[in-house]
Amino acid sequence: MPAVKAPTSLRRLFDEIGTVDQVGIEERVAKFTTRSLKKKSKVFGLRLAVSMVDLTTLEGKDTPGKVASLCQKALRPHDIGDIPPTAAVCVYPAMVKHAKKHVGGTSVKIASVATAFPSGQAPLKTRLAEVHAAVNDGADEIDMVINRGAFLSGEFGRMQDEIAAVVEACGQSTLKVILEVSELETYDHIRAASFLAMRVIRPGDFIKTSTGKTSSNATLGNNQVMLEAIRDHFLATGVPIAMKPAGGIRTAKQALHFLIAVKETLGDDWLNNGRYRFGASALLNDLVRQLEKERTGAYQAPWNFSEATEGY
Amino acid sequence: MSHRLLITKTPKCYVGGAFIRSESGRVMALHDASDGFFANIPQCTRKDLRNAVEAAARAGPGWAKRSAFNRGQILYRLAEMMEARAAELAEAVALGGASQAQAAEREVAASIERVVHYAGWTDKYEAILGSVNPVASAHFNFTVTEPMGIIGVIAPDDSPLLALISLILPAITSGNCVVALASNTQPYPSILLGEMLATCDLPGGVVNLLTGLRSEMVPTFATHEHIRALSGAVNAADRKTLKMGAAESVKRVRLLKAEEPIDWFDDKMQGVEEIRALIEFKTTWHPVGA
Amino acid sequence: MPKTTSKTNPARELVFGDLWEYDPAPETADPKLKQRYDLFINGAFVAPKKGSYFATINPANETKIADIALADAADVNSACIAAQKAFVSVWGKMPGKERGKYLYRIARLLQDHAREFAIAETLDGGKAIKESRDFDIPMAAAHFFYHAGWADKLEHLAPGRKVAPHGVVGQVIPWNFPLLMLAWKIAPALAAGNCVVLKPAETTSITALKFGEICQEAGLPNGVVNIVSGAAETGAAVISHPLTTKVAFTGSTEVGKSIMRSLAGTDKKMTLELGGKAANIVFDDAPLDQAVEGIVNGIFFNQGHVCCAGSRLLVQESVADEVLAKLKRRIAVLRVGDPMDKNTDLGAINSREQLAKITDLAKSGVTEGAEKYDTGCKLPAKGFFFRPTIFTNVSMSHRIAREEIFGPVLSILTFRTPEEALEKANNTPYGLSAGVWTDKGSRILKMSAQLKAGVVWANTYNKFDPTSPFGGFKESGFGREGGKQGLLDYLSVV
Repeated sequence: MPAVKAPTSLRRLFDEIGTVDQVGIEERVAKFTTRSLKKKSKVFGLRLAVSMVDLTTLEGKDTPGKVASLCQKALRPHDIGDIPPTAAVCVYPAMVKHAKKHVGGTSVKIASVATAFPSGQAPLKTRLAEVHAAVNDGADEIDMVINRGAFLSGEFGRMQDEIAAVVEACGQSTLKVILEVSELETYDHIRAASFLAMRVIRPGDFIKTSTGKTSSNATLGNNQVMLEAIRDHFLATGVPIAMKPAGGIRTAKQALHFLIAVKETLGDDWLNNGRYRFGASALLNDLVRQLEKERTGAYQAPWNFSEATEGY
Repeated sequence: MSHRLLITKTPKCYVGGAFIRSESGRVMALHDASDGFFANIPQCTRKDLRNAVEAAARAGPGWAKRSAFNRGQILYRLAEMMEARAAELAEAVALGGASQAQAAEREVAASIERVVHYAGWTDKYEAILGSVNPVASAHFNFTVTEPMGIIGVIAPDDSPLLALISLILPAITSGNCVVALASNTQPYPSILLGEMLATCDLPGGVVNLLTGLRSEMVPTFATHEHIRALSGAVNAADRKTLKMGAAESVKRVRLLKAEEPIDWFDDKMQGVEEIRALIEFKTTWHPVGA
Repeated sequence: MPKTTSKTNPARELVFGDLWEYDPAPETADPKLKQRYDLFINGAFVAPKKGSYFATINPANETKIADIALADAADVNSACIAAQKAFVSVWGKMPGKERGKYLYRIARLLQDHAREFAIAETLDGGKAIKESRDFDIPMAAAHFFYHAGWADKLEHLAPGRKVAPHGVVGQVIPWNFPLLMLAWKIAPALAAGNCVVLKPAETTSITALKFGEICQEAGLPNGVVNIVSGAAETGAAVISHPLTTKVAFTGSTEVGKSIMRSLAGTDKKMTLELGGKAANIVFDDAPLDQAVEGIVNGIFFNQGHVCCAGSRLLVQESVADEVLAKLKRRIAVLRVGDPMDKNTDLGAINSREQLAKITDLAKSGVTEGAEKYDTGCKLPAKGFFFRPTIFTNVSMSHRIAREEIFGPVLSILTFRTPEEALEKANNTPYGLSAGVWTDKGSRILKMSAQLKAGVVWANTYNKFDPTSPFGGFKESGFGREGGKQGLLDYLSVV
């Protein structure tokens, strides 16, 4: 990557990229939620969403067995019908080699969080070593966290240099840069951090909202800020960056709203799992459940779907 | 005993901060109570009105931008100027003959009180007329008042000082400018009032006082599009003419009936409702976000 | 400072294609319409004395919906007499808190019947169902709810003075927000203690007459609200009737002026809410995507049938290209078509006449040398439709920069300095509304203070609320609707 000169202040960066009005963008995304999807268009959206899921388990209690069943679920989300596999499974680095046994050689990619996820509070050397380890174990994709401390204290150069170092450590693997939007707090910060990240990653790499480990996660609002940043960056440079909202998207209806945002903001070229993903776990079953409802015409009980947690 | 020949005053109209004769050169002879010749008063024309409107237009933006505190000080200064020449004003009011000297003094006193009343309103009416509006969305929303611009004032014949000043004051309190036509039958108090307006720190052009005939001036008041509102007390025929003309540029009209008795001394003839009649409300919305 | 993002490369354009099309999503609930609507006078639906009716059509497919009674002067007279009687015998002397309870009831009943009203509004007027459903009807109910609470608090409107209702108020409303304009008119009038005779617009009478059913359901005393449908002569009869001591009109400046002339010989009080040609001013430091959204809300909301529409976009030269590019991408995903489809953004133009007027003005734009752009989207074969249209290279002397188009047509002009923006914005006889987009707070306050407009939307556009006074400067009319300021226009200070 060519060295990018980091802006020296947020104000200068905003002079280049512009700011975001919170109320205005929330009004915009509210319009996505009034779109009404019927019949074929609903089924298309639900199947698309399934194909975009990074089926995730990021628990201290994860075991090879848990990862194995996650992989089975990713490959075959439901035992009936022709529901497509998910885009990837997303696990901790220690679980990559176990996932590899189940999804290696299939269309389902292995994504691994790394860089001292979720806080990122480890020496850079340690974080890079973790990336190398995950890649060596077979991770196709690395989900890193940015140094929020560096961003918030105005050390943009340091934040970008660290991302660039992870890019290098990724080698052939795709990188997803987690901004951890809840810690950036404002839409202006999210837009600024998106641009700083996009300027040091490669075409097809992702920017991602959240770790899923803080109080607030992906919302239509911060998703939209990042989609618009991707759009502006693409139109200015020709570099297409991909997007991954993560955490908090639990229902099919929510996922469709996010996809409508993609359709109306970035257009058809981003409506595929190379350019858009959902970081989620419970979402997959609700997507499958709604697809089954469309197929059979009957509302489904949750226990018909494997790995469902709702037993009541 | 040698008689000194007195210097008589040539009454002039106060327009644009200067004292003018009518551009037409016409005058109307004014007589005192005993029907003796008193002075020649300018008989202004529609061109004088046009010039007065131009003067008001030049003065308007600056006057509206003055702080409310400053406008209050200037109005209070006007009261000081009037008080100092109250006796002279009373003589001018009594000149029409209709008023007894005592009544004239009462009118002058009430006029001065009225000026003081409005001097106190300049920095208060906004708090009563404006508002912060609790809209249901994530916006801060507030309504403030703004002056309308140039107000055409047409005074009735009676109460030549009190009526005139009662019509002018609510307009200028909020930052409007005024082009006024004084009483037809008793115009002389307006000449004196002009001299006081000229010495009270009021910027020239904020108040412009014309003398002349309503019959000649009303049609131009009605149709001059730069005049944004009409305020006065006129007869039914003039009201109709003014309203018909006002329609052409959607002018605001607030006209009292000159054919019915008007008690200008009444406290209801002053106050925030009078100010409200000559302001616009402007509502601004802004999102509340971070 | 120039923005790097303004260098757009056409080869890098986004694709808004048909990969994922929305299926039709028609609203199908029953609007419970009648074949024939009679006049609502003195609490009952009555046939017009002469027995005349006219057809109201669905502008989206040109089919007839119902027959509407045509009120003549005699019918209007009956309505005015009923209103006067109700005022003298019941409404004028009813305690405010009791009047308020009727208004609360009406608000609740409108909410109960909201879906019916939304569908009726869309069928009759052509506006997109999502707007009638999410904006018109809820906002109409909100106006009744807001004013209900004022009915027993009127003495707070004019400190130190007493207030009194006018008596019978004559009201004439337009076709762009039929029920909402009715609510803007009737709710404050009733809260103040007046009785009303209201004439809805000729092309959109149904929801007004359905509102008569709500009045019956609410048990509102007979004659407090009277609805007389008809054409221009009906409206003139309402306005000129000797019993209507106050007149409230929303509509064109041309008609507003003729009303002023027709009432010049009377003492009637007036509130006029007339036309506009609002400037929507975008500075180079504005949050541009939200500004673009505001531009879209400003001119394409309700097909541009909005008196306060931001029909003149004034954009600072340094970001003009970028704003235009963003705007074109945004309108590429606007959906024009069947108003009853829940995904429709722009529904039908209200009438053939209005479509002809918009078409004519758009043509003049081309003839006078402005550059026209529209999305080229497919329009339904039947009905009255017009594509979202943008004109660039517009100069202040063009008709499309001066005349109210009342349609989805935006004229774009540029400016360099705040002073120039203000000069251009204020260079119009209208003064209803304006928009300002900038990140700089002190500039917003200065612009707002100097724009000659009754409503200034800063970093937003086309927002409405019952608590927020609405109305114009200059030839956009006088008086306000909404808030304490609007309510006082329905009272005399005594």
